Amino acid sequence: MAQPATKLDELVGREYPHGFVTEVETDTVPRGLDEDVIRLISRKKDEPAFMLEWRLAAFRAWQKMAEPHWAHLRIAPIDYQDIIYYSAPKQRGEGPKSLDEVDPELLKTYEKLGVPLHERERLAGVAVDAVFDSVSVGTTFQAKLAEMGIVFGSFSEAVRKHPELVRRYLGSVVPYTDNFFAALNAAVFTDGSFCYIPPGVRCPMELSTYFRINAKETGQFERTLIIADEGAYVSYLEGCTAPMRDENQLHAAVVELVAHERAHIKYSTVQNWYPGDREGKGGIYNFVTKRGDCRGANSRISWTQVETGSAITWKYPSVLLRGDNAVGEFYSVALTNNWQQADTGTKMIHIGRNTRSTIVSKGISAGHGQNTYRGLSKVLKGAEGARSHSECDSLLLGDTSGAHTFPYIEVRNPTATVEHEASTSRIGEDQLFYCRQRGISPEDAVSMIVNGFCKDVLKELPMEFAVEAQKLLGVSLEGSVG
Amino acid sequence: MDNVRRPQPLLQVEGLHASVDGKEILRGIDLTVNAGEVHAIMGPNGSGKSTLAQVLAGRESFSVTAGGARFLGHDLLSLAPEERAREGLVLGFQYPVEIPGVSNVYLLKAAVNAVRRHRGLAELDAMEFLKLIREKMQLVEMPDELLYRSVNEGFSGGEKKRNEILQMALLEPRLAILDETDSGLDIDALQVVAEGINALRGPGRAIVLVTHYQRLLGYVQPDFVHVLAHGRIVKSGGKELALELERRGYGWLEEAPAAPAREAEARAR
Ligand SMILES: Nc1ncnc2c1ncn2[C@@H]1O[C@H](COP(=O)(O)OP(=O)(O)OP(=O)(O)O)[C@@H](O)[C@H]1O
Ligand SMILES: [Mg+2]
Repeated sequence: MAQPATKLDELVGREYPHGFVTEVETDTVPRGLDEDVIRLISRKKDEPAFMLEWRLAAFRAWQKMAEPHWAHLRIAPIDYQDIIYYSAPKQRGEGPKSLDEVDPELLKTYEKLGVPLHERERLAGVAVDAVFDSVSVGTTFQAKLAEMGIVFGSFSEAVRKHPELVRRYLGSVVPYTDNFFAALNAAVFTDGSFCYIPPGVRCPMELSTYFRINAKETGQFERTLIIADEGAYVSYLEGCTAPMRDENQLHAAVVELVAHERAHIKYSTVQNWYPGDREGKGGIYNFVTKRGDCRGANSRISWTQVETGSAITWKYPSVLLRGDNAVGEFYSVALTNNWQQADTGTKMIHIGRNTRSTIVSKGISAGHGQNTYRGLSKVLKGAEGARSHSECDSLLLGDTSGAHTFPYIEVRNPTATVEHEASTSRIGEDQLFYCRQRGISPEDAVSMIVNGFCKDVLKELPMEFAVEAQKLLGVSLEGSVG
Repeated sequence: MDNVRRPQPLLQVEGLHASVDGKEILRGIDLTVNAGEVHAIMGPNGSGKSTLAQVLAGRESFSVTAGGARFLGHDLLSLAPEERAREGLVLGFQYPVEIPGVSNVYLLKAAVNAVRRHRGLAELDAMEFLKLIREKMQLVEMPDELLYRSVNEGFSGGEKKRNEILQMALLEPRLAILDETDSGLDIDALQVVAEGINALRGPGRAIVLVTHYQRLLGYVQPDFVHVLAHGRIVKSGGKELALELERRGYGWLEEAPAAPAREAEARAR
């Protein structure tokens, strides 16, 4: 009388749907890294002298730094001389003036990924910048945004057209001396998105960058810089995918946000880099430094992230709360399945008076996935009346996965209030049975339970991406509880 | 009762043995339920009533070691829990499960549409579903507010039980197994739930009620009453058996040699 055992871990094992490779001719620099490679990259991008100087300074700093090591990450050594630091789809002559001139193969790639750059009407209300390996391949809605004084496009373009803005803000939140990967990024970053919202302007649409790693054995080092001037508002979303490859690929990005007085930046990420196969082979090493600077009084920066991809994720989107009454928020869902590892969290640094921070973190571990929350709430001496509240919940599926929580709290001002709550629960066989006994398939039941667990974070995402994220959680978990 | 040709039974359980962690809990259950009937299952705490209900509903943590069960002529035990529910065997839980963050209405809609898909019916859209659920909620006098809260989270005992009956009313099962749906209800709520159960009755349907109290059976008159003790049905009778149990307790049955009182005997009466 054996019953068909639909165990949760038989439900996983669905193939990564974005794992295809695009055949395009590429322009690639020799593997390895030295000052000549950096000069070559800078020359290819036709950069002004200050950029090259900055890159070289970063490179020299990086050479003196040691790679960080983490207690809870299992990681194969990375040979930094065996990586290709620049790969771009080959262009004939100048480079595309408009989307109509972009290589159709590339447009097709984004089409397949569900990011149709060409059919603008399908992305109504969202302006997209698409980054393919090392370079931006096209930006939509640029002209319309320009009418309002909004600068949005690739980083390279901003360096050419707005060098004064780049020079003023680049590295002002994440200096190249910040950490090993931030230094490496500063030395070799090839593209990314740049955005400037002038004073008093509310950006009328979601701005979005779609990152795609395609080439083999390349690293992707993009850099994003967003500035919201006084009283400005912008909501920004990044999405990412990569082909399935047996080797690990390195992704070391830097994101800098600057919010001036009364400005509000909402930054949402749906990260779905290739996570490796079921045995833990391949996948992206995702080492990212993201930091926001609430520079002005009453400014606000909100990070929302849904992290389902990558073999290893290491990122701590942080906020420096410098202006009085500034608000920092961090809403995170991190899901690890099979052999994925995530070490993520945030740092909220309270500097100004009456600054507030809210942290909501939901970690889900399935298979052999390991999920670590690491967060710092720090209140400096001058941060009179600062308040910080964090809530970290972990959900385990099956009994081979792990969840770890490391909250660090440092308070140097006696008027501050800092609270931290944490919980760990296991997805109940009883919850699953209850749903199934109402006719719901095990896949749908798991996805429903997990989405319920993440609800407080998902509701922070812009509507259209919340739906995407929900689907993604379902897919990433298929076949996963025991 | 003595028709020449009886219709195919809805549920037929024969010699069913089930255990958990090597511990035998069901030790040879025989039970036949025909369409249109209401069966009450009574018995002391720990006798195996919920285990029987859950094994029939497809809970995988129990293993069936001998015997079998057929539902509408199919081998019931080879079906997954969701297949059983879609085919029309639905369990009302003794302890309804909380699902944080999932709104009750979301679960109910997913359930109704899963069952409708299986039956070849079009899925209901949000408007159609709301209309349906409003109608059914009146039946169990459930406040709207409970639709938008997380499934069973923070529901009072009575609210959880009403919610189970609401699910039955929505899913329209052929066989509803209600495990102590009457426990923990106040006097008015008991009547509401009983009316909800009576509304489920119909010629094509059957109900198995697991209960400790004669009180519910006063409202929902059973056709048969079975007493489960130590994993076996030790006595079966008509609705008057429940009254007798209320007077005499279970002692006299448990002490008796476990001569399995066959249902057939009860039917013959
Ligand atoms: N998962 C389990 N592990 C171990 N023992 C179990 C398990 N589930 C049930 N049992 C045992 O099986 C026996 C029957 O339990 P069951 O819940 O079926 O009783 P019941 O008749 O429904 O009781 P009640 O009237 O109290 O609801 C009990 O002794 C119980 O402890
Ligand atoms: Mg019970």
